[in-house]
Amino acid sequence: MFEATPNLIVGLEIGTSKVCAVVGEINDEGALNIIGLGQAPARGVRKGEIVETAVAEESVRQAIVEAEQMANVEICNVYLGVTGAHVRGFNNRGVHRVLSADRDITKDDVSDVVKNARTINLPKENSIIHDVRQHFLLDGHEGIVNPEGMVGSLLEVDVHVVHGVTNRMENSVRLVQNLNLVVNEIVFTGLASALAMLSSEQKELGALVLDLGGGTTNYVVYANGVIKHTGVFAIGGDHVSNDLGHGLKVPLSRAEKLKLEFGSALVDEASKGRTITITNEMNLPVKTLNLEHLQRIMSMRLEELLQIVRQDLEEAGVLHYIQGGVFLCGGGARIPHIAQLAESIFQAPVSLGQTNSISGLKSALDQPEFLTAIGLVKYGSMRKRKEPVGFLTSIQRVLSSILTQRLTH
Amino acid sequence: MTTNPETQTPALEITGTPVIKIIGIGTAGVGLLATLNGPEFAGAALVAVTTDQPALAASPAPHKLLLEPRELRGLGTGGDAERGYALAEEHFTTLKTACAGANVILLVAGLGGGAGSGITPVIARAARETGALVLAFVTLPFECEGNRRCAQARASLDQIKAVADGVICLPNQKAAKLIDDKTSVLETYSISGGLLTEAIRGVWQLMTRPGLIQIHLADLCALVRDKNSEGVFAFVESSGPARSREVVEKLLAHPLLDEGRALNESDAVLVSLMAGVDLTMGEVNRVMEQITRQCERAQVIMGAAVDEAWQNRLSVTVIAAKHSQVPVLPADAPGYRPGRIAGRATPTPTPAPATNPLLMQQREQLIKQHAAAVHRKNGPKMKQEMLPLVTSSKGRFDKSEPTIHKGEDLDVPTYFRRGMPLN
Repeated sequence: MFEATPNLIVGLEIGTSKVCAVVGEINDEGALNIIGLGQAPARGVRKGEIVETAVAEESVRQAIVEAEQMANVEICNVYLGVTGAHVRGFNNRGVHRVLSADRDITKDDVSDVVKNARTINLPKENSIIHDVRQHFLLDGHEGIVNPEGMVGSLLEVDVHVVHGVTNRMENSVRLVQNLNLVVNEIVFTGLASALAMLSSEQKELGALVLDLGGGTTNYVVYANGVIKHTGVFAIGGDHVSNDLGHGLKVPLSRAEKLKLEFGSALVDEASKGRTITITNEMNLPVKTLNLEHLQRIMSMRLEELLQIVRQDLEEAGVLHYIQGGVFLCGGGARIPHIAQLAESIFQAPVSLGQTNSISGLKSALDQPEFLTAIGLVKYGSMRKRKEPVGFLTSIQRVLSSILTQRLTH
Repeated sequence: MTTNPETQTPALEITGTPVIKIIGIGTAGVGLLATLNGPEFAGAALVAVTTDQPALAASPAPHKLLLEPRELRGLGTGGDAERGYALAEEHFTTLKTACAGANVILLVAGLGGGAGSGITPVIARAARETGALVLAFVTLPFECEGNRRCAQARASLDQIKAVADGVICLPNQKAAKLIDDKTSVLETYSISGGLLTEAIRGVWQLMTRPGLIQIHLADLCALVRDKNSEGVFAFVESSGPARSREVVEKLLAHPLLDEGRALNESDAVLVSLMAGVDLTMGEVNRVMEQITRQCERAQVIMGAAVDEAWQNRLSVTVIAAKHSQVPVLPADAPGYRPGRIAGRATPTPTPAPATNPLLMQQREQLIKQHAAAVHRKNGPKMKQEMLPLVTSSKGRFDKSEPTIHKGEDLDVPTYFRRGMPLN
């Protein structure tokens, strides 16, 4: 029988190549534990956005069912990851003048300045996904974490705002709702990946999290403990496969296989002059391909992609922040030599992402593809912790647990 | 020119500013003329030609020409292009006189109806015979306007292409991409009319405004003369510090350019930039670089003009011309019926582009011979259609929203864009 646990947190990522659902649980000590994982190949998704609802829905259902079975729970609500070329991030500053005679900064002043920073002039079809507080400035002094109780006359705050086109995000929300699931919150997938991978020390040092997905590349820059920059490019592993299919004149499914088997982010010295023979189902040779071409096509695409990201960071003025390291995740992190390529482009140490401070299934935690969904769970757990457990809520919880026990017996 | 008065096409001497006539034909054309009757187009001779008395009366154009035979009783052609055609033939000399004395003649018409589709080819021919450069700006009807109108418009377009130097054609159906479901019918037509006006304005500015990098009429002539080109155009505008990037983005996403594909297919591209005195060479460079990258095999002509009033704004007009693959139709053949040929294509080898009057004569001869042949057979001629041989490099992203970054379509394989050789 399924148990309904109030401490259940589910992250759902509808990616371009696969749908991934991760079930986490907050145990009695308050630590997050991953207890279930479900995945299904995604269909009807292009460049991170849903293009065919019916088939995409089926993929999501499969993933959810698999996760439910593995964790032996019933999933009712999820934290949903969203991405797509329309998602953008920028920094905004709110200003508030402290008017009280003693110029003590009160709680109201803080909430006012944050409110000011959040009033942003967005196109009317866009809506905010996240607004993350960065740092306070007091009379022009930077780097103040909490100004409450300090003295000053001009209080400013920087927030990082991630926004996207409402309708395009609504598509995936609707799809999930059609499966009778409640969407707790939508979360930008890049942010989720960063949460899964970065320790607070790394956030402080400055880091770039690069999620090389199937249809999109999401990236987030952290520095001084806060988000500095986010971005999405609608280029991913699909493009690599498409390039290979076009360049080597093979069907897309074959290109996909070749990519996994022979792909490389750099042209191997050893592969120069080598050829691959592809065979059909009967094991008869169909075609001979030049391995060097394959790797060159692939490396050109990946290099271009990383260059574009680098250029964007440069334009946003955050490139110097990432000296702490570049952390790769997503399916693209599995490409051989990708770390080497990224290192040469970003001039920073590159490592493949790993989760931290989460315990649970070893098999799930090791895979770069699952990091985003795990990050969604982590996001959920942070949200849950923030929820104040008042007197009423605790009574409610006790009552409901008694009630469910009665019903199940 | 006194030496040779008998030349077939007595090319007018171009001295100083060219003399430009804008002729609006049919109800739509005359209507559009009204929008062109502003101070911006001062110096242009506007001529309105139609068969419909009330429409003509309402037109502010200084010169009006009513083609009115008795049998129509001033009621117009009733949507029949054949009637319009016959009527125009009847008044051929009058039309020719109206066209005389101009270096450039711009024809404005909405094809599909009787007057627009019937008269425009004849005027184009009359204008051509006066030696002027003839550019036609026409719209094709919406698909929902019915088969007959569409077929009539198509047939007329082919005829115009055969006689005019250049045709810039705006299929209204493409303009439909610019509107949403809630746009009213009136607005839709004014949008498509507005687009056409933009094109005319672009060409007008090109020819009349003193430019930093000027496009001379001679350039325009060289680009379109005798090539029977079929063109698409786009006009985009932007302001602010990132304007050069924005205009390129807008241009490549422009529905009339098929999201940039039209540039790729064109043989000749004319780019006209217009901005305030703050236009920098860097910006010109940036815009041109992106555009030329899109159309590598085309001949690109660019011009830049500066207008004091355009502080902080930048507009780009692009006219991309593809040399017509459509056979030159026997527009002046005896017994020619525009309505009949609608719906089936008559294949003929395109005569070599004529470059001098002698070749022109030969071409005319060829056309006449062919016309006679067609007339004799007078039966439906079968043609084996060819499937368009287009291989899209975008593969699975062909139908998805393109990923455009700084004017480059990133869905196209990188190795392909960089021109990496694969042997």
